[in-house]
Amino acid sequence: MSFQVSKSGEISLIEVEGQLIVGNRQELKQQVLEQLEGGDRKFVIDFANTGYIDSSGLGVLVSLSKKIREQGGELRLSSLNEDLRTLFELTKLDTLFRITDDKVEALEGF
Amino acid sequence: MGRDLVLELPTDVHSIERAVDLVMNRCLSRAGHARRLDLNFRVGLTEALSNAMLYGNADDPSKSVVVEISHEAGVIRATVRDHGSGFDPSTVPDPTRPENLARPCGRGLFLMRQLLDEVWFNDRGNEVTLVLRLDAGGPFEGGAEA
Repeated sequence: MSFQVSKSGEISLIEVEGQLIVGNRQELKQQVLEQLEGGDRKFVIDFANTGYIDSSGLGVLVSLSKKIREQGGELRLSSLNEDLRTLFELTKLDTLFRITDDKVEALEGF
Repeated sequence: MGRDLVLELPTDVHSIERAVDLVMNRCLSRAGHARRLDLNFRVGLTEALSNAMLYGNADDPSKSVVVEISHEAGVIRATVRDHGSGFDPSTVPDPTRPENLARPCGRGLFLMRQLLDEVWFNDRGNEVTLVLRLDAGGPFEGGAEA
């Protein structure tokens, strides 16, 4: 997995490439937490190029969302493919996150 | 049903993706049910390995995890065994209940049961067997009983 970080105004956009799984989840977590400590509060994580996310990856997203909310911010997710959406629906995490069809929609509505 | 593939992995979560790829390539080349294998089986096996390493072996790199894969008559079976003291799977809470939804962990076993046709543990609780019937349904139609 790798990810690209960019800024759109005050919104941090993190585009994940590859699988977000137990072996690499800490890299994403560290990246977001560093930005949170640096003052960023609005985050979009885009999964347009992500095959699947395992339970550890889901757990990191839950943990990050909580930490960001505690700082008055918000984490949005975008571009989940059909399989990823099903994973979120099975685990009911689709009720915990604001999920948009693509990153443009996530950025526009922030 | 004979064993088609046996792997002994060190406890290192970074090894999981490569090991699952190896198993998938073996299964996919022989079965031809790519979607059901690549979704249900891949995710289920990844969760089983992750649980075995992180919880069973307590992330101890001196301990290994053994994976046995067999495939016969449209049934894929994977057994994952760790060196831990085991656990009682009936004590794992439902992660989809409202009070558990914001917890960062506890979804691995749930996903296994959702995605595989059968999931069972040995009496000690340090060995899980996953069963996927290739013709049982479409992607994400699992439904092992808790």
